[in-house]
Amino acid sequence: MAQAVKKPFRWHIAVFLAPAVLIYTAIMIIPLFSTLQLAMFSDVNNSQVFVGLKNFRTLFDDPRWSEQFWNALKNNTWFFIIHMLVQNPIGILLAALLSSPRLRLRVFYRTAIFIPTILSFVIAGFAWKLILSPLWGVAPNLLDLVGLKSLFQPWLGKEAYALTTLALISVWQFVGIPMMLIYAALLSIPDELLEAAECDGITGMSQFWKVKLPLILPAIGIISILTFVGNFNAFDLIYATQGALAGPDFSTDILGTFMFRTFFGFQLQLGDPNLGAAIATAMFGIILIGVSIYLFGIQRRLRRYQF
Amino acid sequence: MMKTTKLALLAATMLGATGAAMAQDAELTIESWRNDDLTIWQEKLIPAFEAKHPGIKVTFAPSAPTEYNAVLNSKLDAGTAGDLITCRPFDASLSLYEKGHLSAIQDLENMANFSDVAKAAWSTDDGSATFCVPMASVIHGFIYNKEAFEELGIEPPITNEEFFAVLDKIKEDGTYIPMAMGAKDQWEAATMGYTNIGPNYWKGEEGRLALIEGEQKLTDEQWVEPFRQLAAWAPYLGDGYEAQSYPDSQNLFTLGRAAIFPAGSWEIAIFNEQADFEMGAFAPPLQSAGDECYISDHTDIGIGMNAKTENAEAARTFLNWVGSAEFASLYANSLPGFFSLSNETVEMEDPLAKEFVSWRENCNSTIRPAHQILSRGTPNLWNEMWNVSANVLRGAQTPEDGAKQLQDGLAGWYEPQQ
Repeated sequence: MAQAVKKPFRWHIAVFLAPAVLIYTAIMIIPLFSTLQLAMFSDVNNSQVFVGLKNFRTLFDDPRWSEQFWNALKNNTWFFIIHMLVQNPIGILLAALLSSPRLRLRVFYRTAIFIPTILSFVIAGFAWKLILSPLWGVAPNLLDLVGLKSLFQPWLGKEAYALTTLALISVWQFVGIPMMLIYAALLSIPDELLEAAECDGITGMSQFWKVKLPLILPAIGIISILTFVGNFNAFDLIYATQGALAGPDFSTDILGTFMFRTFFGFQLQLGDPNLGAAIATAMFGIILIGVSIYLFGIQRRLRRYQF
Repeated sequence: MMKTTKLALLAATMLGATGAAMAQDAELTIESWRNDDLTIWQEKLIPAFEAKHPGIKVTFAPSAPTEYNAVLNSKLDAGTAGDLITCRPFDASLSLYEKGHLSAIQDLENMANFSDVAKAAWSTDDGSATFCVPMASVIHGFIYNKEAFEELGIEPPITNEEFFAVLDKIKEDGTYIPMAMGAKDQWEAATMGYTNIGPNYWKGEEGRLALIEGEQKLTDEQWVEPFRQLAAWAPYLGDGYEAQSYPDSQNLFTLGRAAIFPAGSWEIAIFNEQADFEMGAFAPPLQSAGDECYISDHTDIGIGMNAKTENAEAARTFLNWVGSAEFASLYANSLPGFFSLSNETVEMEDPLAKEFVSWRENCNSTIRPAHQILSRGTPNLWNEMWNVSANVLRGAQTPEDGAKQLQDGLAGWYEPQQ
C-alpha cells in the first residue's frame, strides 16, 4: 500500500487570496501593462501602430525631448534630496521629542504636526502661494517685523529658489508621516531595554544614538523608500502652484509634470499618449531600480532585533 | 381602485416616455472651458434658444480652462463627451476633426454669415471643410484707470514714447503701480505682452504669413523688438512681479493699486463687475505717430458638433442658431469683450467694449502668430513663446537669446524655416 494519500487541494487559500488578487490585478497590474504596451505604439494617420522602442529613442536621443527629460530628472532628484535631508531628520527629531516622557500636550503637538498631511495639495499649494505672495503675502510683513525684509524674494518666481521652496512646502506638508512612523517605532522599544541601558550608564543623547537609533533604523529605511517613491511620483503640488509649464523657465519641472504635459498636451501642444506612456514607463523604471537597490542592497543588511 | 390608478400611472409614464422620445425631445450637452460664463448660458442664451425650439433641451457643462483640452480629449476617446463641443482655435480642433471627433458643418445655412478669416481658425488648411461655428474673438490692448489718469493729469498714450512717458510719470508720482503684470503664469507675458504689442512691429498679417511662408525669421528685427519693449516694462511692474500670478494682476488693477493693465478684451466683463472706478482703453502704442496700426483680434472661440452625437439634427439646429444674428447680439452684449465674428452688425452697449471694437475701424486685425500651423511640432512654438516672454520679462534671458531660442526650435521641425 505505497499509494500516498493525495492531499486535498486547499481551496480556502485561493478563496482568501482571490479578492486581493483580483482587485490588485484590475487596478494595478493591468493598467501597468497597458501603459507599457501604449509606450510601444505610435499614432500614424490616426491609427495605433506598433513601433517597438521608437518612443524611448525619441525620449532619450532627440535633444528636444531628452533635454526636458534630464532636466525633469535632475529637478526630481533635488526634490528628493531636500526631502531626505530636511523632512526625515526633522521627522526623527520630532518623534524623539514626542516620545520624551516629560513632554506635556503631546497629543496636541502630534495632531497639529500631522494635520497638513491630510490637507489636499491644492489647499497646501494655494495657502503657501498666498503666504509667499510678494503682494498680499504675510511672509514679507513677518520678515519686516524682525527687520529682515531685505531677505525677502519672490521665491516662487525665481529660477534659483522656486524648486527648493516647493520642496520645503512639501516637507512642511508631509513631515507628519515620518514623525508618526518613527514615533510608533520608538514606542515599541521595550522599557526593560532602556532601563538596562540606564543601568549601564547610557542616558540622554547617547542613549538615543546608541540604543534607540539602531532599533528604529528599519523604520527609517521604510520611510526613505516611501519618500523616494512619493517624490518620483510627485506632480500635484507643482501643478497646483506653478502650472503645467512648471515655471519659471522649467526650473520646477519634475517627471510628473513633464509626463502630464506630454500625455495630455498643453494649450496648443497636442497630447501624445504614446510618448507620455513612455515617460511613465521610464518613471516606473527609475522607481523600480531605486526600490530594488534598497530591497537587495540595504534592507537585507539592516540588523533586526527581536525583543 | 388604488391598483388601477397605479397601473394607469405606470402606463402613462411609459407611454409618455416613449411618446416624448418619438417627438424630437432631444437633450444636448455643451462642453466648454468657459466656466465663467455658466450663468450667462443658463439664464440668457439657452432660454432664448429653447423658447424658439421647444423639444430641444440644452445643458451647458463647462470644465476648468487649463484642463479643458485634456478632459475633452479623454472624453471624446471614451465616447462620453457632450453633443456640442466648444472649439479652441486652429490645431487643437483641427486634430479633433481629423480624428473624426468633429463633424463638418460648412453646409449650415448661417455659415454664410462669416468671413473666410473668421472661419480660418476652424477650417482645414485647404479651406474645404469647416467644423466649428465661429463665436467670438478677443482684442488685445491696455485698460487703464481713468480716475488715476485724471488725477495725475495724463492722457492715454498713442506712441511708444508717450507710453513710456506715462509710465515714468506714474512711477514718479508713486501713488500707483504703473502697470499690473506678472511673470509667474507665463501666458500673461506672452499673450498680453508679446502678442499684444507685437503686431505693430511685424505688421500684423503680413509678418504672420511671412513667418508661415518662411520669408521672415523670429530673429528678424521686427520680431525681436517687441521682446525688447517687453524687457523695458520690468521696472514699471509691481514688487516681486516674478512671482505675481494672473489673478494677482487682476486684483492689483481692480483694487485700484495699479494704473494700467495690459489686457485682453475678455477682462471687460469681470473688471466692470469688480472695479469701482471708471476705466478706459488704449490700443497698443505705435512706434511713431502716424504709423499704420495693427491689433491682435484673435479668433478665440467656436462651437462644433461631436461626430458621434445621437442628436445630430438637434445639434445642427443649435449650431445654426449660434450662427444667427440673434445669437451674435445676445452673446456680444451678455459677454462684453467677446466680439462677434459674424458679418451682421452687432450693436453693443458697454463703453469699454465699444472702445476696443472701435479699433477695428482704423487698424488692421491679425491673430496671434503662433496659432496657425506654427505650433504643430515639437517644441511647440506657443508654449516656447510663453516661456521666453516670461524669461525676457524677468530679465533672465535677453530678447536676442529668446528670439534665437524660438527660431531654433521652430526651424528644428518646420521646413519652410530651415
